[in-house]
Amino acid sequence: MPEMLYQRDIYGKTLVELAKANKDIVVLDADLSSSTRTGIFAKEFPEMFFNFGVAEQNMMASAAGLATCGKTVFVSTFAIFAAGRAWDQVRNSISYNNLDVKIVATHAGITVGPDGASHQALEDIALMHVIPNMNIIVPCDGPQTGDAVRAAANNKGPFYIRLGRPKVPTIENKGEFKFGKAEVLRDGKDVTIIVCGIMVNEGLIAAASLQAKGISARVINMHSLRPLDEEVIVRAANQTKGIIVCEEHSVIGGLASCVAGVLGQRCPVKMASLGIRNRYGQSGEPAELLKEYNLTSQDIEKTAISIV
Amino acid sequence: MQYTDTQIKELETKAKTIRRFIVEMIARAGSGHPGGSLSSTDLITALFFAVLRHKPEQPRWPERDRFHMSKGHCCPLWYAVLAESGYFPKEKLMTLRQLGSILQGHPDRRTPGVEIASGSLGQGLSVGLGMSLAAKIDKMDWRVYVLLGDGETQEGNIWEAAMAAAHFKRDNLCAMLDYNGFQIDGKTCDVMNLEPVASKWQSFGWHTIEINGHNMKEILSAYAEAASTKGKPSIIIARTIKGKGVSFMENVCDFHGRAPTKDEMVMALKELE
Repeated sequence: MPEMLYQRDIYGKTLVELAKANKDIVVLDADLSSSTRTGIFAKEFPEMFFNFGVAEQNMMASAAGLATCGKTVFVSTFAIFAAGRAWDQVRNSISYNNLDVKIVATHAGITVGPDGASHQALEDIALMHVIPNMNIIVPCDGPQTGDAVRAAANNKGPFYIRLGRPKVPTIENKGEFKFGKAEVLRDGKDVTIIVCGIMVNEGLIAAASLQAKGISARVINMHSLRPLDEEVIVRAANQTKGIIVCEEHSVIGGLASCVAGVLGQRCPVKMASLGIRNRYGQSGEPAELLKEYNLTSQDIEKTAISIV
Repeated sequence: MQYTDTQIKELETKAKTIRRFIVEMIARAGSGHPGGSLSSTDLITALFFAVLRHKPEQPRWPERDRFHMSKGHCCPLWYAVLAESGYFPKEKLMTLRQLGSILQGHPDRRTPGVEIASGSLGQGLSVGLGMSLAAKIDKMDWRVYVLLGDGETQEGNIWEAAMAAAHFKRDNLCAMLDYNGFQIDGKTCDVMNLEPVASKWQSFGWHTIEINGHNMKEILSAYAEAASTKGKPSIIIARTIKGKGVSFMENVCDFHGRAPTKDEMVMALKELE
């Protein structure tokens, strides 16, 4: 059995590790520090942590103010509030000024589970994606969360890092993390599965199952949505017969849109996308919801068979 | 700090120069916001030429006091005081709002001296709060000044920032409220009443200083009072006249966001001689 980790735990621990070497790291939260795990940092560096209460707009614009003074500011809350509630502050105060504010949003996607639709951000990537300058990383597991947070700290400019609520299995043999470069986790010649976040594991399960049926599936972990590794998409389009994108997000404005944009303009091939289609989420256990919204390895497998 | 009558007189003369720039810039650009720029001119002239610790030849000097204009549409005023201070050549002022200009229609960082963009109302006090927290972290004694419009205090974000600045005891933060009583659609008391203003801020934990925003002596003593107030942020509630200094613009709502015509510009500049 693979190791199961909360991405959020790794986030909190990585902040501490970074702050030990960088005295300019400041962390802000909006009354969710126990859930986002910025509380781990707050305990170690109380002078560098500020709890803004339930006021995300103020938190985001204040982060921008801190960043104008040379601080590297990590800002956390749930994805629905980070990307939705404070969008204008992120656009005008943070990203427009290309400031060193790193938004690490937790509890993204349908797997928030029982809290239901109001808390399930299915459009956060889209909201961040349309903002110029904003770098976007959707790490697939615990260790990659650490990589993403370090990449954000070490690269100038605004970042949006998307994390989930539940524990996720650690993906083995990913190789060295390179910001902006996708990972080909499994090679294949018939079909390509492009995934990010928790869907990476589902993609790998689907590929193993397809192999047993004689279909060779390539699996790409597209952890960086901006900058996007276009070449890995073009290669997949040229070398396999079709592409399936699966994401725990709306099919509009997320990974499917990224991939479709590259394919449509550079190398049109058959493409299918699995994601949320003009629907809100609802209460339920994460596994039940993934099934309800067609985001399981079986859904990926079925789709792959249909387009090969 | 005591200011001599000569210093006061010089600031008043400087304010006239700034007002002339504002009128001419906006007239030449053909669009912009003269009313609120003119109503806060005395506040910002006093700040830039008698209060603010800064080095125009070194805009990013780390120890500078920070100024931010939350009501970004009044940037002609900001650009005028920056140019007059020497941040960039005054000739640039007449490029306001042109393609490729360093002087955008609303502030952004391509202008030397502008710390951060503004224009979407209600965010600037939060930005100032962030700056003031940075000073606290670094144990620096520089101060933060944020100009607020009265209309923009209808934004919820302002009150989030007000609550937090008092919570964090940001006594290095000073807000200036340009209370001219007008917003785009009319008088603030008709569109969305702000009163009681002072007691609102007091109840949020702020030290309030109410002044006539066109009286240099009152303005300067308000800045001094804010600087000496410890343990809480201060707000200078400045009663002002929209369009101040140009008779036909004063208290005329239309000039919130309309440029003077060429003839109006000539008349206005004559009044401001």
